[in-house]
Parts: sequence; C-alpha cells; structure tokens
Amino acid sequence: MKILVPVKRVVDYNVKVRVKSDGTGVDIANVKMSMNPFDEIAVEEAVRLKEKGVATEVIAVSCGITACQETLRTAMAIGADRAILVEVDASVELQPLAVAKLLAALVAKEQPGLVILGKQAIDDDANQTGQMLAALTGRPQATFASKVEVADGRARVTREVDGGLETLSIALPAIVTTDLRLNEPRYVTLPNIMKAKKKTLETVKPADLGVDPAPRLKTLKVQEPASRKAGIKVPDVAALVDKLKNEAKVI
Amino acid sequence: MAALVIAEHDNHAIRGGTLNAVTAALKCGGDVTVLVAGSGCADAGKAAAAIAGVAKVLVADAPHLAEQLAEAVAEQVIAVAAGYTHVLAPATAFGKNVLPRVAARLDVAQVSDITSVESPDTFQRPIYAGNAIATVQSTDAVKVLTVRTTAFDPAAASGGSAAIESVAAAADPGTASFVGREVAKSERPELAGAKIVVSGGRGMGSAENFKLLEPLADKLGAAMGASRAAVDAGYAPNDWQVGQTGKIVAPQLYVAIGISGAIQHLAGMKDSKVIVAINKDAEAPIFGVADYGLVGDLFQAVPELAGKL
Repeated sequence: MKILVPVKRVVDYNVKVRVKSDGTGVDIANVKMSMNPFDEIAVEEAVRLKEKGVATEVIAVSCGITACQETLRTAMAIGADRAILVEVDASVELQPLAVAKLLAALVAKEQPGLVILGKQAIDDDANQTGQMLAALTGRPQATFASKVEVADGRARVTREVDGGLETLSIALPAIVTTDLRLNEPRYVTLPNIMKAKKKTLETVKPADLGVDPAPRLKTLKVQEPASRKAGIKVPDVAALVDKLKNEAKVI
Repeated sequence: MAALVIAEHDNHAIRGGTLNAVTAALKCGGDVTVLVAGSGCADAGKAAAAIAGVAKVLVADAPHLAEQLAEAVAEQVIAVAAGYTHVLAPATAFGKNVLPRVAARLDVAQVSDITSVESPDTFQRPIYAGNAIATVQSTDAVKVLTVRTTAFDPAAASGGSAAIESVAAAADPGTASFVGREVAKSERPELAGAKIVVSGGRGMGSAENFKLLEPLADKLGAAMGASRAAVDAGYAPNDWQVGQTGKIVAPQLYVAIGISGAIQHLAGMKDSKVIVAINKDAEAPIFGVADYGLVGDLFQAVPELAGKL
C-alpha cells in the first residue's frame, strides 16, 4: 500500500508574524519557513506505518513555489521515499479547494491506500484540505486523528472531538488528518538529510494535472487584531476579590 | 438570499454552537432554515424550530445518520442544498469535519471560522493563530461558512415557531462506521460555552497540584482549562486545552493561573470579557492582556481566593 502525504511550507511556528502596513497581508519576506507542524506529524505517521510493514511506499507532495522542494527534502529526511512538487507560480494564491483538486488528480494517478494530511496549516488556519480531498475522491475520512491502526483493508482511527474521543472504522482507500497527539515526529539526522538529497523529486504543473488553481476567495485586507490593553496589578487576594465583585461585577 | 444552518445535536437537544451559527446566518440576510440530520431526532427538530429567527426546519431521520458521520451528513446537506445562498455550521469539531466536504461537492470555497459578517459575500476571519484578521470576499455562488461561536451571540433557544418539514434521507455512503465514543465526564460546565473558566499552566508543577484549582472552580461554577504546556506535561487532559490548537473560549471571566501567556494560549482566550492572571513572574506576557494581575505564589493565592469567595 502506498501512502501519500501532502506537506505545506509555512512560516515557522516560532515566528511572530507582522501585518504589512499597507494591509495586503502578512510580511513573510526574510522570515524562517518550515514544514507545517501538523504535516510533520503526518509524515512521521506514514513512515511509522511503513516501518511496521503496513505501507510499502511513502510519497510526499507539496503544492507551491520552487522553494517547497526544501519542505519535500525534509519529508524525505524523515523517511518519505520520493516526492512530487506541484509547482505553482508565486503570483497564484493557492487556496484549499485548489490544493484538494491538485491532490485528487495525484490520488487518481498514484492510487494510494491512505492519504495522511495535517488537520490544518498554521498560516491560513483553514482546516479544509483533507475533508475536501475526501469529498472529491469519494473516499471516507477520519479527521483530527490521535491514533491510527490499519488492518484488513480498514483503518481504525481515534479522533479528538469536543469533549472527548471518537473512534471510527473507515474502509481503505481513505483520508486521515492528524491532530497534535498522534505522534512526536523524530528529529532528522544529518545522514538522513544526505540520503534525502539522493531521493527522487519529480516536478509537475497544475496544467499537467488538468487543474485550474485560481483562487475563489479574494483577500480584501489583512489587519492587526484589536489589541487588548493590560489592566492593573492588584496587591493581594482581598483586593482582587473586591475588584471582581465591585468593579468588573463578574462574580 | 437564503441560509441553511447545519445543526449540531445529539438527536435530542441542539448543541449550543448551533445558536451562534443561526445568529451569523441571520446577518447574511434572508430566511434561515436549519437542517437536523440524525436518527430518532424529532426532539432535536422541535428544539431547532423553537430557536428565535429560524423560518423553517428540515428533519432527515435515518439510522445511518445516528452518529452524524461526515460522509453521511455531507450527502444529506448536498441533497437539500439547492436554492440556498449560504450554508453555515458552527466551527466546532462537528462543523469543521463536515462542511469542507459540502463545499468541495458544491465546487465552492469555504470561509473557515468567520468572526464577522461584513456583507452577504464578505467576512472576517482570523489567520496565523489570530495574529492577523483577514477580510475575504467569496466570488462563489454559494457561501459555505464555519462560524467561530465566541464571535456571535447565541440566538434565543426559545420563542421561535418554525415549520418542521421531513425530508428524504440521502443514501448511506457506507464507507465509514462508528465504533465508539469516550466522553470525558464532568459535573462542571462545558469548556467552550462556560461563563467562567479557571485554567492552569505549567506553573502548577504537577498533575497532583493541578487539583488545587478544583475548589476554586467549584466555588465559581467554572469550567476547567489548561495551557498546552500543562497538557503536554500531563497535568491536565487534552480536551481541557485552551489555545489556537485547542478550544477557543470567550467567557465572562477567565482566570489564568501559573500560565505564562504563550501566543498560542492567548489566541484561545484573549476575547474573554475579564481576564485575571495569577503568576509569580511579574514579566509574564499574560499580564499584558490581564485586566487584573496578581504577582505572587499561586499555591498561597489560589486557596485564599477560593476561601474568600
């Protein structure tokens, strides 16, 4: 069974982004870029399934500019066997529906038994691509996974839902999206980084896949969120109780 | 203009987030219809019909809809979606799971986690963990929206008298089956909708010490929450996590104890009405958003606070 793992290049999670003064977006020039953390968990899970003998091949995919090759090399350093870059011009703002269509075309070509994606990207916070891919390919989905077991042509997936956990059994081929608790991705080692450089990285264009990646949503402006002012410091618990009762009137 | 709200329910009662989604739907203009897809869900249908502002309720009742799996609910939404300009659901685990499937089937974009309806086609939503707010316009014929529940007041759960209409259940896709559910049992209010939340961070020091917060939460009738650091350290269960990757809360009162205030945590609670922080480090970022800060030893301050309430 092949596993396809889409990975996204995003602003590193430790970077505090700044909104551009002209309101057109956030400033990502000269900012550290990394693999979306949820996608790293997805790659790790796929590689573990291969190590367990469940999967035979792990294919990493990224949609975006040429620099996404770095993200794919990282995925291969974790253990993906080969990679596909769907190269999209920087002038095209890729949105989840377009990415899901590009991935659906690759799914048709590669026929993976599982596609494992991060539940959301930490830049646009959309949380859509996996579910959209599942709909477009007519496959079942298990989102927000904290545990994945594959046996007898099905995946048994524990999902993080509001107020607890839910377990589903889905028929393969299927789509799974990862939550934080699924695993802790390994550190990539230098020898594995060197090995990753020798692995195959194929580049295709959206037109090769018959997909128009044009965006459907127009971003009119991007602003700083309303800031919250710091209040006061109280000297002791008695003063705190007094403020909450008589000033804020919340207790 | 006509909006369809996908109800989140347990076949008997409507879950809270649905009420906030109805408010957002009303702001889009036009009549609001609520779809209740479930099994033995007549009570949930009646509850939906009582929501103020709802014009019509569609009830699809079939055994395969009992657990409201994404595949089955999405098919049901597609079956009734013709004629609606807006399809909405709360941005909860339920709505996030189902709605992108609907959007993809309709070949339209989804706008996730909207915090404001600027006009019928223009919405605001947070990006980068709430560090920026984007205003986006949808060019699609149908707007598919998930609604950040804390950004919209809930519609009144009673006072409405919408017509209830049964609709044929869509075919069961049959590719996914429900195995089980582990619901965390608690006497306390649900975190996402609680009026008061008491949260602990890494400063609690241990799972044992975390219990120190219980008497305070009991006194306040509060839900309990935790920072990601506290959850990762094993002090508190995962579903208590408040923050960008956990629950987004906006209670009347948020009490942050031993929480430094990482960006990811602030993203989950900074819309609370009143924030109280207790931390021994006077420089902790949490004091930058707190209305009332108390610099001191939480192990003394928390029992004293519980005692004085």
